[in-house]
Amino acid sequence: MAIKQLTVFVLNQKGSVVSVTDILSKNNINLRALSIAETQDFGILRLIVNDEATAEKVLAEQGYLIKIIDVVGLKIGDAPGKLSEALGVLDKENINVEYLYAFMARTEKHAYVVLRVEDNAVAEAALTSAGFKMITEADICKL
Amino acid sequence: MAQNYYQKEIETMAPEDMKKLQSEKLVKQVKHVYENVAYYRDLMDKKGVKPEDIHGVEDLHKLPFLTKADLRDAYPYGLLAKPLEDCVRIQSTSGTTGRRVVAFYTQKDIDLWEDCCARAIVAVGGTKKDVCQVAYGYGLFTGGPGLNGGSHKVGCLTLPLSSGNTERQIQFMNDLGATILCCTPSYAAYIGETLKEQGYKPEDIPLKAGIFGAEPWTEEMRRGIEETLGIKAYDIYGLTETSGPGVAFECSEQTGMHVNEDHFYAEIIDPDTGEVLPEGSKGELVFTSLDKEAFPLLRYRTRDICVLSRKKCSCGRTLVKMAKPMGRTDDMLIIRGVNVFPSQIETVLLKEGYQPNYQIVVDRVKNNDTFDVHVEMTAEQFTDKVSDVLKMEKALAAALKTMLGINPAVHLVAPKTIVRSEGKAVRVIDKRKLV
Repeated sequence: MAIKQLTVFVLNQKGSVVSVTDILSKNNINLRALSIAETQDFGILRLIVNDEATAEKVLAEQGYLIKIIDVVGLKIGDAPGKLSEALGVLDKENINVEYLYAFMARTEKHAYVVLRVEDNAVAEAALTSAGFKMITEADICKL
Repeated sequence: MAQNYYQKEIETMAPEDMKKLQSEKLVKQVKHVYENVAYYRDLMDKKGVKPEDIHGVEDLHKLPFLTKADLRDAYPYGLLAKPLEDCVRIQSTSGTTGRRVVAFYTQKDIDLWEDCCARAIVAVGGTKKDVCQVAYGYGLFTGGPGLNGGSHKVGCLTLPLSSGNTERQIQFMNDLGATILCCTPSYAAYIGETLKEQGYKPEDIPLKAGIFGAEPWTEEMRRGIEETLGIKAYDIYGLTETSGPGVAFECSEQTGMHVNEDHFYAEIIDPDTGEVLPEGSKGELVFTSLDKEAFPLLRYRTRDICVLSRKKCSCGRTLVKMAKPMGRTDDMLIIRGVNVFPSQIETVLLKEGYQPNYQIVVDRVKNNDTFDVHVEMTAEQFTDKVSDVLKMEKALAAALKTMLGINPAVHLVAPKTIVRSEGKAVRVIDKRKLV
């Protein structure tokens, strides 16, 4: 059920993010979500896109270090406390969240959360049984 | 300045007497090495030269050279000329590809080495009334033990602080009135800057002289140190392979270093042909240990580019003078006083599972050497977690530290991002202005 995250290594210097987004835009790839983790030296871009296979191909051609990994895509109601509720479920189950980022849908009254955990299936099962909905690759394309 | 000598009869010996002394020692030394060091005996046999062919220093050119590669191949005992039970100490330095250079000393070897350091201390005005602060590293590195021994021989009160912990250095310096400081020039400059920041004026600092070596430094740096510390700053030269610091030392004239040539015979050769060059020529410095018992290297190529001069010196010493080394014939870097070869870094990278695609960047910021190693990581090594990448950098830095003895800042980068010029990657960028 997991969704694909495109992970790109960049140096922490001026212009390095725009170089990535430029390549994606020229290849007609749409970003659904973007998060950056940075250190003094480098940054790691985490992207949810509509076509990760093409994105990987065109970035790799330009010499970028890329990894596609599976992450949990969680759909939550756009209301106060919803994220907390979901994280509470994971906490109770002793599931550690490595990192997360959230994005909103254009039309629906929902927010989406991308969760990086050790074991996607375990996290998904815990959230599903607590009544949460997951999103899939197909959902991402429709967004 | 009134001149004092530690061993006047040697230091001011007439050149022809010195040559005679060196020749006598050389004949004995070649015999000792030929009889006891199979590795060198083979080299001599291959060249068709026997100990009987060596009658004096004029025959030295007949002998084969030794290089760092020989030291590596013969590690650890291959160049040892005395039974281990006669040895009392080792000192060590890093080798070209990770194999260390280990030098052995008998008690006599230690004594002669310490005499050399004592000559250096006396030459800068040291007497038994001085307080000598040794801020070179102690341990395998020869800096600390060498100057420590020399200071004892002169009879100075010796402060064995080793390197680092600048606050403590300053406290001891002031509380115990240190008059002579021995350390790397960059550390001397750093101590000077720290004292200045703390509001000390040169006249508040008890020091009168400093003996600074183990790394290249400029005349400009010398003036800077002399100004901030209110002292005279003197150079000293040495290498673990021959003994350590004190192979050559500077006198009051500050125009080059007198070689302790009763113990170490110096030659300048053409690094390409190996031919001995006349006095005053620029070339590679080669040393022959005339007295060492345990680890007597004959015609050891230092890779330092240098000039020798027999011009009369105002200090009265007749010992031949060597200029500050002007560069190297190999790719060795000296970072924070430690010898670093790019090949060592390559060895570590391969061992740690990296491709040998790297770049070393060395600079000097506030008188401290910075040492950055950029390494290309592979797609397999890359992960989406920042903490994983940082962990990899830390682990690689630790592995490099184990090999080199100094801490690099490791920066992982994407493949093919290290600049290649004409297809060949630039491995070393040294931004320090040292020559």
